[in-house]
Amino acid sequence: MKHKTSSIGKGYGVFLIPGIIAFLIIIIIPFLINIGISFTKWSGVRQPVWIGLSNYQRLIGDSVFWLSFRNDLILLVAMTVVPVIVGLLLATFLFDYITNNFGQQVSSFFRAGFYLPQVLPSAVIGIVWAWILEPDWGVVNYVLRSLGLSALTRNWLGDPSTALLAVMVVTVWFQIGYPVVIFMAALQRVEPELLEAASMDGASWFQKFYYITIHLIRPEILVVILTTTIYTLKIFGQVWVLTGGGPGNATSVPSYYAYKNFFETQQVGYGSTVSLAMAVIIILLTFLFINLQTRQETAEAA
Amino acid sequence: MAAKQYRFSRAAVKWITLIALAIFLLLVLMPFILVTINAVKTEAEFAQYGPLSLPHGLHFTSLEGFWVRVDFSQVLKNSTVISMCVAVFAVVLSLLNAFALGFGKIRGRIWILVFFLMANFLPQEALAYPLYYFAKFFHVYDTDLAVILVFTVIQGAFGTYLLSSVLSTFPREIVEAAMVDGCSKLRLLVNIVAPLSMPTLSVLFVFFFIWTWNEFFLPLILLPSNAGQTVPLALAINQGQYGMNVTAQSASGLLGILPCVIFFLIFQRTLTKGITAGGIK
Repeated sequence: MKHKTSSIGKGYGVFLIPGIIAFLIIIIIPFLINIGISFTKWSGVRQPVWIGLSNYQRLIGDSVFWLSFRNDLILLVAMTVVPVIVGLLLATFLFDYITNNFGQQVSSFFRAGFYLPQVLPSAVIGIVWAWILEPDWGVVNYVLRSLGLSALTRNWLGDPSTALLAVMVVTVWFQIGYPVVIFMAALQRVEPELLEAASMDGASWFQKFYYITIHLIRPEILVVILTTTIYTLKIFGQVWVLTGGGPGNATSVPSYYAYKNFFETQQVGYGSTVSLAMAVIIILLTFLFINLQTRQETAEAA
Repeated sequence: MAAKQYRFSRAAVKWITLIALAIFLLLVLMPFILVTINAVKTEAEFAQYGPLSLPHGLHFTSLEGFWVRVDFSQVLKNSTVISMCVAVFAVVLSLLNAFALGFGKIRGRIWILVFFLMANFLPQEALAYPLYYFAKFFHVYDTDLAVILVFTVIQGAFGTYLLSSVLSTFPREIVEAAMVDGCSKLRLLVNIVAPLSMPTLSVLFVFFFIWTWNEFFLPLILLPSNAGQTVPLALAINQGQYGMNVTAQSASGLLGILPCVIFFLIFQRTLTKGITAGGIK
């Protein structure tokens, strides 16, 4: 491997210079400054005042931050758990049953249909669903009233008991398509002979699904779980549009809480601390992701 | 007879399953349908027949009203310019980086790649305030340029990661032949590596374009005035404002959806290829 590298020569580092400079200015320096600000009390104007670890102490005891974080963990169900499970079932069903009985094109059509919500901007998803869930003339309450179920109508996004649930439903809706597409591609690696052999040995559908399919597409399942976990921590647009983190803080998430500290309550120092806490979690997840990926690649190569 | 009956019931099950799946898909696509049918109704029609009735004729008053209200032509132009510039610049940046890291295999590349990947994963909140401050300091605040620069680097970071792994398996024989002919590295990149990487570059281009189009958080911070806003931003800020009736809100949703559905229809193949190649979303 080593002498092969030398055959194309050295001195490629020069091509990295623009990338490194841009990276320093847009990512590294802002990130370091953000760390610096997290040790200060600053409203964004005048001089920041150094206050050491006070913001971190505040963070530990801040019930709104922990509530936001808890909301993120709950949203993980809507962003990762449900889409992975439903995605696996849908992808297997499309791949096995629909493709076999109705052909590739029908199955591709369904895949495209389920994927469609994924191409929308988070803010537009928020606009569409805020319209559907509107209490007075929104579609959901309209349907309930038409069915004579007026008792079930709610101010879905304005009621603390249903707001987070409503955000979760919206999240599941746009998230389903992502695992479906990835898993359907992965399923192409599963050899039909293997499944047939298992059938001959009397394996049930579920046994085949569990022991063969899931086992073989494990790498993709892992990719989906880790990327969607990271995306969960970054949820912002739909919350901003749907609920503004409310009512109260019922649907606040860390990214929204950081934004609020930066630009609404002008507590820039504390906002930086919140955002840094998010960054640390994401960096840890990224390392886990790379670690698992390299381990898998080495395992596959062996 | 028995065999025939069996075959019949199997066929019936087949079609019933297909219909059930089609109904499920219809439910998933219902928000698209609802927003579309209600955007072309009059307010009176909505009041009388509710949101589920099909429109009695096409009324573009809501759409036109909303279009004028947010100056949608300008907003579309802003989004197109920003997304196009980012897609082009970020592809070039990714290619340069990946040429050094994936192709040239310079020392320490693994760590540099980890850094780039992290830059893409990092929550934008952790960069937002300094970037906001920088933008003001360098007098690019509230300009498309600020957004273009920031997203070129953020998207380019991901492109570097993906493209480096593609270029690390670039066929060496082609390169060696060129090197023997005394081809410079820059010409190698421009004349050989770039053209042969076109399939990956076009996937990256499409994704960068759509991702940038869909961005919300940093544009919200960097583009405060109406004139420079992107599609998601302009729609979100005007959402639920005083004087917006139900059909106008529906129209706003439709105008947000349409460009993305069009991109999807045009680039469907590229998108599917990309998602499955890199686990990218």
